[in-house]
Amino acid sequence: MKKKTSEVLAFYLFISPWLLGFLLLSLIPMLYSLVSSFMDWDGIVAPVFTGLKNFSEMFRDELFYKSLSNTFYFALASVPLNIIVALFLAMMINAKRRGAYFFRSLFYLPSVVSGVAIYVVWLRLFNSESGYINYFLKFLGIQGPSWLKNPKITMLSIILMSVSFCGSQMLIFLAGLQDVPRVYYEAALIDGAGRLTTFFRITLPLLSPVILFNLIMGIIGGLQVFTQPFVLSNGEGTPAYSTYVYAMGIYKSAFMQHRFGYASALAWVMFLVIMALSLLVFASSKKWVFQQGGDE
Amino acid sequence: MMRMRKIAGAAVWYLVLGVLGILFAFPFVWMILTGFQTGKQAGAYPPTLWPDPWSIYGYIKGFSSASAFGRYFLNSAFISVMCVIGSLFSSTLTGYGFARLKAPGKSLLFTALLATMMIPSNVTLLPIYSIYAKFGWLDTFIPLVLPSFLGTSAFNIFLMRQFFAAIPREIDEAARVDGANMLQIFLSIFVPNTKPAMFVVVLFTFVGAWNDFFAPLVFLTDPSKYTLAVGLNFFKGQFPGTTDYAPLMAMATFSMLPILLLFLFAQRYFIEGIATTGLKG
Repeated sequence: MKKKTSEVLAFYLFISPWLLGFLLLSLIPMLYSLVSSFMDWDGIVAPVFTGLKNFSEMFRDELFYKSLSNTFYFALASVPLNIIVALFLAMMINAKRRGAYFFRSLFYLPSVVSGVAIYVVWLRLFNSESGYINYFLKFLGIQGPSWLKNPKITMLSIILMSVSFCGSQMLIFLAGLQDVPRVYYEAALIDGAGRLTTFFRITLPLLSPVILFNLIMGIIGGLQVFTQPFVLSNGEGTPAYSTYVYAMGIYKSAFMQHRFGYASALAWVMFLVIMALSLLVFASSKKWVFQQGGDE
Repeated sequence: MMRMRKIAGAAVWYLVLGVLGILFAFPFVWMILTGFQTGKQAGAYPPTLWPDPWSIYGYIKGFSSASAFGRYFLNSAFISVMCVIGSLFSSTLTGYGFARLKAPGKSLLFTALLATMMIPSNVTLLPIYSIYAKFGWLDTFIPLVLPSFLGTSAFNIFLMRQFFAAIPREIDEAARVDGANMLQIFLSIFVPNTKPAMFVVVLFTFVGAWNDFFAPLVFLTDPSKYTLAVGLNFFKGQFPGTTDYAPLMAMATFSMLPILLLFLFAQRYFIEGIATTGLKG
């Protein structure tokens, strides 16, 4: 009996750093921001209850819809695109060929350094007059667009850039591929299955749990995108608010206008959207994620 | 016939990966080389890649500008190292608790731990910000460092838990019979036996803290406290519309250098660390 109490005590002592962090930096702030989304609050003076005012203002604000659709555009395009490219790269470097390790490191590298420095490099590469991308396109006889100046394609430019940071997803796919038992492929070969059949009947079903993982994490990250459009648009979501993403709206409301209540309301709406989408993907996964038999 | 197909297959493989490899490597190659071009060459059209002549103009202009890159470097290094220490502290202790000790409420707490991975940081940011403001911690490094001591990276804790759980129970039972207490067992058996996992925590925490842009942007206002990420973003703003690319690329290279070197020497650990993420529960 005594041993058991001491173990319980030890458990709570060992996890106390995280438990403290969970309470002080996650749970309580979450509840506080939920409450303050119904309040007028500048972050300093005590908040004043205003009911649904923040939300009704939000739903009347054109920029709210603009930022929401920009963010959805980014996430809905970049997440599947990243997954497809990551899966393709993983399958390529899974080949037993000389140089496979080199390419694995090379494709993974951009995602490790992903940050302001490399975005600044892309900013220059995208320059429509003197950048390298349009210079290359000119060689191919293509008149390159104004990547970061034409509001119709600015978000597309950021999405294209984001694909170069798919390295972690690639490695997760690679680990999944290496877990596929070789006998499955050998059996398919004996049965005379072609490459496409093998891919759709064996590789894809067995990788579907990994795809689900990358999809959920991608959605959560993609809907919170901030730094990439921030750096590529001088922090304003320019031109014509074409790269003005949801997180920029929160940043602006909180730290430029000091409207913490309104910004909290914005944050909670996004949280609910993320939860709803994740649940939707989870619910649909019963239909497309392959459940392996046995007791795993 | 078979042989021809094999050779063709290899040729296609090298061609496709070669082209993709050039695309992935090009931004880095261009950044590093442009940083060593003269101002005139870097701004010329059509662009050229190889510095002719090699020049440190970009570095001189970058380091002598109003942006104190040496200072930013030290700030980034200090914050990243402190985050590494904090993460090691919180993830080993918490990971051990979840892996080895029994207590009521444990599975609920573990679910809560995993659930925190799904909470957008903006949902908690503003109350935390106002608390830091009350304590007078804004514009200090505390808001950037403290969370790692309090285990806010669920990934790190999860990783340590997985590795601790893989250590055979006989080992700690034997130590317990020998009269060792829980803290001794933790320090003398678990910590030394999970060095590779701790190294993964070190790498990912360091890189994460080094690359972080949002938190330093929000919490730091005094330019002398900027990190490289924030400093470089402001430095970028000083060249709107000009073609003076060399200083910016020189400073981008400088900002990225520690991470590039770390990746060069420890890529195996990065790659293995990612492979153990979440999926192999």
